Amino acid sequence: MNELERFLTTDPQDSLCGQTMEILHVFVEETDAAALHPGVAAHLESCPPCAEDCEGLRAAVRDD
Amino acid sequence: MSATAATLDPETSRWLRALCADGAERESGYARLHARLLRTVYGELHRRGAHSRIAGPELEDLAHEAAADALVSIRRRLPEFRGESRFTTWAYKFAIFEVSAKLGRHYRRAQPVSLDAEEWDRLPGNFNLDPARQNEWRELVAALREAVDTSLSEHQRRVFAAIVLNAVPLDALVQELGTNRNAIYKTLYDVRRKLRARLAADGHLTGDE
Repeated sequence: MNELERFLTTDPQDSLCGQTMEILHVFVEETDAAALHPGVAAHLESCPPCAEDCEGLRAAVRDD
Repeated sequence: MSATAATLDPETSRWLRALCADGAERESGYARLHARLLRTVYGELHRRGAHSRIAGPELEDLAHEAAADALVSIRRRLPEFRGESRFTTWAYKFAIFEVSAKLGRHYRRAQPVSLDAEEWDRLPGNFNLDPARQNEWRELVAALREAVDTSLSEHQRRVFAAIVLNAVPLDALVQELGTNRNAIYKTLYDVRRKLRARLAADGHLTGDE
């Protein structure tokens, strides 16, 4: 599957940005976050801005 | 806040005691928090490589504005903090969101967003489609273009063109349209589903998601 086909593939579990942003602080602290919040994990796979925020929050917590 | 002291880690408890105190103790707590937010904002700007794109004084303004706006959000939403994470993790989230919003605004100012142009020539590059294997994807791209022309609403088409063809950052489009990230993402999500369904119906893709 090329990148265009991947872009056209949506995940029905995708929790969209609103719900993801709401619980991102919980998500980054959990060790089994993807299993506990599959909708957020699915969203982060296809939303670059939320994935960037997630990485940023992980880095902020790590460097604190 | 609705978290009980027994469920909170010691540092979170200290933050909440300070921020829920009266007068000078509370303001001192918020001053300490502001310093932590500013440090977080600078760290995130550095991580995103903003120093190479934004000049010094403008970057400083952006950082201070992001930290101040994050602090406003935290003050307003403190009653909603339920102790599901450390307090600082919850607070830093607002700093990170403000960095995204401010960088989106900066992009839009530096590079006006065109909502009418459709730069289809950029699509293969945007999706790393190998020119040497054009015979494998040319038909799909042509069908996609027809599906965009005939299946999308005006709003969906503009969002598709801005993000997918013209590579406008989603947060810059949020600023341009005066909306929020969720609304743009949901529009794009619906666009992806619609286009896939159309391409599957025409035999260019399978219908599986």
